[in-house]
Amino acid sequence: MSTSVDVTLSVNGERVARRVEARRHLVDFLRLDLGLTGTHTGCEHGVCGACTVRVDGVIVRGCLVLAASLDGATVETIEGLTESGEIADLQTAFVERNAAQCGFCTPAMLLTAADLLSAAARDGAVPSREAIREHIAGNYCRCTGYHAIVDAIETVATARAGKGRS
Amino acid sequence: MKSPPLGYVRAMDMPDVFRLRANAGPDARVLAGGQSLLPTLAFRLSDPGTLIDITRVDALRGIRLVADGALRVGALTTHAELGRDALVRVRVPVLADAVGLIAHPAIRNRGTIGGSLAYADPAAELPAVCVALDAVVIAVGPAGERRIAARDFLTGLFTTALAGDELIAAVEFRPMPGRRTVIHELARRSGDYAMAGIVLAAGPGTPTHDPRPVFFGVGDRPILATRAAACLAVGGAAALAAAQAALDGDLDPPSDQHGGPAFKRQLARVLLARAVNSLIDARDAR
Repeated sequence: MSTSVDVTLSVNGERVARRVEARRHLVDFLRLDLGLTGTHTGCEHGVCGACTVRVDGVIVRGCLVLAASLDGATVETIEGLTESGEIADLQTAFVERNAAQCGFCTPAMLLTAADLLSAAARDGAVPSREAIREHIAGNYCRCTGYHAIVDAIETVATARAGKGRS
Repeated sequence: MKSPPLGYVRAMDMPDVFRLRANAGPDARVLAGGQSLLPTLAFRLSDPGTLIDITRVDALRGIRLVADGALRVGALTTHAELGRDALVRVRVPVLADAVGLIAHPAIRNRGTIGGSLAYADPAAELPAVCVALDAVVIAVGPAGERRIAARDFLTGLFTTALAGDELIAAVEFRPMPGRRTVIHELARRSGDYAMAGIVLAAGPGTPTHDPRPVFFGVGDRPILATRAAACLAVGGAAALAAAQAALDGDLDPPSDQHGGPAFKRQLARVLLARAVNSLIDARDAR
């Protein structure tokens, strides 16, 4: 019974092959093995949401996924999304609205907000403030009181919908 | 918050699962979505030695209609898949409604219906839905498949009728034309486990026809409130109040971090009223 596992996966568009400890979760794999420290280690039991990343196109809790189980998977982190420019408008809005204070929750909050915005774009709708709050309810922020974060997400949702129509 | 040292093996089909399990010994655990198992490992509440990853076993996937018109939902169906599936929306819409109450989007993308049933958390939504709809859990082991009614499958706190060498293959929901089912729960924060919840199925026709109220978060497993159901079936203006009073005989809630038995009973009465009223509203809206 092996306690180490060979995996090959795509991380932010780059092929990565590593031998990982079976117990190593995805956040530790990203931070410790690959040096991608934009994904944060918070509670490590699935409550705080600070480790949110994309696996195969959908958001997941990085601390609740074993790296060993990801052979063949596609992983995207805040570093990848920043580099591609996919969420540049969202990041600008977070700065303008002061939606990041200490910044610990911010990368995961951006990933979760991007998930809502892409679902909204598919449906051709601007999410309500209530729907925004519901979607980010699993991402804890201890600084902002969430209001500025909701503002920023709403701003981008409205702007993107306007562009879609014109 | 790190897991104990683990072995990890990946099963590619069902014979693989049984072989790996036989080799790994009795403590080994099956890894599906991992959304409850991995936190217990992080807290070192369990030390299974080896995890058997079943997520690549295609036989455990898929949502389809089977011969008798039942909807068969593969054990590896994620909450997110359940929530957006067209067949589920038409055939068993309360499953999709329940998904909106389970944790958060990132967790719904990994957690599975089979995992939820096998874990058997008494405050979880899907086991209660399965009991209210009289669903059938299909267990599979080296000797073949076994069909178990959901109410018999959930035997107690985090305990099921699965044998040591079995796992859940699928859950079947038989067709119930005209029957309506609603789910309500009370939680302090969106996405938390419920302090108390109800799944109420009734019909066809009026909400007084064969009502089946099942409560979760108020016992060691989903509880079918038979006395309250009998009161609801009588109908009339006093039926709801009588059913609420009858809950005292149906429920014996243990204290938990949310409150004591009296508090839980009060939540159950409120939930019963909300569920009955939403069934009436749904009927009036037609």
